[in-house]
Amino acid sequence: MSESATRLSVFKTYKLYVGGKFPRSESGRVYEVTDSKGKWLANAPLSSRKDARDAVVAARKAFGGWAGATAYNRGQILYRVAEMLEGRKGQFVHEVADAEGLSKSKAAAVVDAAIDRWVWYAGWTDKIAQVVGGANPVAGPYFNLSSPEPTGVVTVVAPQDSSFLGLVSVIAPVIATGNTAVVIASEKSPLPALSLGEVLATSDLPGGVVNILSGKAAEMGPHLAAHQDVNAIDLTGATEGDLARELEIAAADNLKRVLRPRPEDFNESPGTDRMTAFLETKTVWHPTGSLGASGSSY
Amino acid sequence: MPTTASAASAFADVTASDGALRRFLHGLPGVDAVGLEARAASLGTRSIKTTAKAYAIDLAISMIDLTTLEGADTPGKVRALAAKAVNPDPTDRTTPTTAAVCVYPDMVATAKAAVAGTGVKVASVATAFPAGRAALPVKLADTADAIAAGADEIDMVIDRGAFLAGHYLKVYEQIAAIKAECGDRARLKVIFETGELSTYDNIRRASWLGMMAGADFIKTSTGKVAVNATPANTLLMLEAVRDFRAQTGVQIGVKPAGGIRNTKEAIKFLVLVNETVGEEWLDNHWFRFGASSLLNDLLMQRQKLATGRYSGPDYVTVD
Amino acid sequence: MASAFEYAPAPESRSVVDIAPSYGLFIDGEFVEAADGKVFKTVSPSSEEVLSEIAQAGAEDVDRAVKAARKAFEKWSALPGSERAKYLFRIARIIQERSRELAVLETLDNGKPIKETRDADLPLVAAHFFYYAGWADKLDHAGYGANPRPLGVAGQVIPWNFPLLMLAWKIAPALATGNTVVLKPAETTPLSALFFADICRQAGLPKGVVNILPGYGETGAALVAHPDVNKVAFTGSTAVGKAIARSVAGTDKKVTLELGGKGANIVFDDAPIDQAVEGIVNGIFFNQGQVCCAGSRLLVQESIQDELLDSLKRRLNTLRLGDPLDKNTDIGAINSSEQLARITSLVEQGEAEGAERWTASCEIPSAGYWFAPTLFTNVTQAHRIARDEIFGPVLSVLSFRTPDEAVAKANNSQYGLSAGIWTEKGSRILAVASKLRAGVVWANTFNKFDPTSPFGGYKESGFGREGGRHGLEAYLDV
Repeated sequence: MSESATRLSVFKTYKLYVGGKFPRSESGRVYEVTDSKGKWLANAPLSSRKDARDAVVAARKAFGGWAGATAYNRGQILYRVAEMLEGRKGQFVHEVADAEGLSKSKAAAVVDAAIDRWVWYAGWTDKIAQVVGGANPVAGPYFNLSSPEPTGVVTVVAPQDSSFLGLVSVIAPVIATGNTAVVIASEKSPLPALSLGEVLATSDLPGGVVNILSGKAAEMGPHLAAHQDVNAIDLTGATEGDLARELEIAAADNLKRVLRPRPEDFNESPGTDRMTAFLETKTVWHPTGSLGASGSSY
Repeated sequence: MPTTASAASAFADVTASDGALRRFLHGLPGVDAVGLEARAASLGTRSIKTTAKAYAIDLAISMIDLTTLEGADTPGKVRALAAKAVNPDPTDRTTPTTAAVCVYPDMVATAKAAVAGTGVKVASVATAFPAGRAALPVKLADTADAIAAGADEIDMVIDRGAFLAGHYLKVYEQIAAIKAECGDRARLKVIFETGELSTYDNIRRASWLGMMAGADFIKTSTGKVAVNATPANTLLMLEAVRDFRAQTGVQIGVKPAGGIRNTKEAIKFLVLVNETVGEEWLDNHWFRFGASSLLNDLLMQRQKLATGRYSGPDYVTVD
Repeated sequence: MASAFEYAPAPESRSVVDIAPSYGLFIDGEFVEAADGKVFKTVSPSSEEVLSEIAQAGAEDVDRAVKAARKAFEKWSALPGSERAKYLFRIARIIQERSRELAVLETLDNGKPIKETRDADLPLVAAHFFYYAGWADKLDHAGYGANPRPLGVAGQVIPWNFPLLMLAWKIAPALATGNTVVLKPAETTPLSALFFADICRQAGLPKGVVNILPGYGETGAALVAHPDVNKVAFTGSTAVGKAIARSVAGTDKKVTLELGGKGANIVFDDAPIDQAVEGIVNGIFFNQGQVCCAGSRLLVQESIQDELLDSLKRRLNTLRLGDPLDKNTDIGAINSSEQLARITSLVEQGEAEGAERWTASCEIPSAGYWFAPTLFTNVTQAHRIARDEIFGPVLSVLSFRTPDEAVAKANNSQYGLSAGIWTEKGSRILAVASKLRAGVVWANTFNKFDPTSPFGGYKESGFGREGGRHGLEAYLDV
């Protein structure tokens, strides 16, 4: 009995993350996900337009509560995501290394950066309003205050190459300010995204705030871009052919806010523009006036 | 149209207790100061020219309670004022008379004699004018004295101290008592001293309080404090009489007093009347100006319209 | 209101403005004819009198103007901000000096009352230039990083409802940030923009920094589509806004859109009722209701509906409709026969759908385009007059029972530009304001504007903000 039997590992069935639950694609379809060398890693759900539709419903349902939560509470939850990720770092290092063909140490650096990004945005939730809003000194007896408010449901076409740091870098700013997201993960490397769903589910993030779909941006994108109950679309990962332009045209149907793809190094410190891209400015006026009826002097 | 008495009975439950009265007055719609002042200012931009101006000037003259309320008032001064009220412009007999002369109670008899047979009324301030700081019997005696001397109208002041202390029923009962004293003999104008009530919400509450207690007129001020009639507080009181009539059928007059010194300002007040309560109030039975120097400016403007030349102070009388 | 106190006519003097029989395009500092020689007429909507004949810009002219703006951009953007500021201050001052002339001109070309052009449009125009003039040398401190750069040539298309004010909203921030502009005024109201061209000359503004191209929709489309335009700013209809969003898809052009609205004006039972009535009137009858942020849906708490409507109708009967140059006119002319036809058709639909129409009793002049102040009761969310932007003096009245219902109805719209709240309860204002999906919320007031206050919509009311520090972003490469 010198040969000890090698233990057969348990494969993971990767599933979507929609409305806080982990469904398979309603279509029953999957596609093969391989590592950077072409080795089979897993079968991922090949989401359909109906999955996208369900994700929008979940995101809309979650919007009121998430937008209405205190900024402090959102910050606590985003920080909790970082905490949960820290504990599952090994898994993500492994998945990122496979997905992006990185060494263990380089993949670890990417995952560290992604965790730190959650921390960065966790701190922003209760500061962005002070930075981009404020009182306006109007020429009249009125109190006038501008505040940023979340745009609503945001479709995010996640970066194709940066499967985890890029993913986190586009999701976190969207939800930090109170939007909810429907995310199309990197088509060729969706596993870190699908695993992130599991982390989000255990981070006190309300179901539906982030919904993660794997599959083809070219298939789901047009439906999400044209969806009348989606308020904005981030086209960062829509780099295939003419896709970004097509989606931008479809997005005009209800005048979605559009963030066009642009060259981006996710290792750099992010500014605020990924947050402000999905913020509305609301300005509220109210009369002040004099304290008394005796004229304008007091 | 119901009489004032029936209006009072319509509010019997409201005035049954201090608490009920407070709840009613504090349940009146609030007033947004900026919005009220903006509306008054906006009506102040009306451009009243030519025929409309001529109409407005004569109307304004006819609405004046020509007033002297000085410690130095003498019979001579009052007679001169009365003469001016009866015959404002000696050079133009088509000029209307003023509505009334307004004097202290001890000058009523003198004034009454001076305007006898002219249609010009005599109004007397009463109730320990201007502060109103006296006991009710004193106020009643003051009122009775003025009426006995022949006053056609009584301009009483409310007890602002009681009002500001929240003793609304006390204020109500005082007004009602003075009204009873006036009876059918004199019309009662109730002065709120809006400059002391300070807030527009208080002015609306005081207006309703006065109207429910039997005021024939509600009047802004005594002319003795820093801020008297303004377009905004007059607009607010016009809204009150409008709403009161809509609710009770009883029409109440309005009298802005103090601070209205020239034609342009007076016309702005008439525009407020015209566009808030309409022509039913465009009559000196329902709207008055408490003023003195205003008359001469109206007369100079009237002369300008008649002759095409600008007039000067030497062409109107100084009384 | 029939009254013994009838106001005699008090017309503002027309002689303060001298309108030439014809105007050219303003390109590279000169007035020039259109390349194809096309012209169109602009008429006064209150009399249908032809005011002037205007050169109509075509695609060739657009190209010429964009080239001029591109050429001017290099030097203009390189000027120290303090120098650009002084040009804008000069412009602001000249506008103040010429404000009476411009007010009369705007009233003639647009049809709106002189009271409004004199007391609202022109003061706001000058204030807007003053405000952005001050930003020109302070951009480092605006919160967009150090030394934020302009975009280049801005193609701007403006509507006819506030011709000169919309020009100011577009041109002032563009120039302050170092961009050059090609602006197309609306075909029914080109005159004040052409007078503005003259003001630019008086101010000594370098040639090509501002170019004005009168024309119709196709001129605007050519401008927006021009490949050398870096920035597109449009105020107008949502339909055209969507077409613009499609046409710039896939380009690097930065876009801001200020589009339609169907603003809800919510009156609670504890509102300051007299001021609320004024706010409702101002909200829907200011500028004949031809205002994108108009409070065109009145949501009134059912418990005070009858009382409020009585007050409102009484007030509407005092509105004075007529000669826009008369200083006592409250309601002027509708801007064009096309707009009048659109209003009329939507009102007919409202009647056909069973809403109850009430129209103020006022005499309608025989010439010109007019529509008496009108309100509809018994309106529900399902009626077209509760959903479509009428852009005219027509108010749809709906009722609600609870604050939740009010918010739900207010937000039940493709638009999200403006809303009003009337209540004396402070916490209710803040709670409702935070739930309304609208870019501007007026509480216990309505239709207030200020250059420091950002303005713009949610949802299909467009994107981007004009005014305030926020308004700089649209013209900076950030």
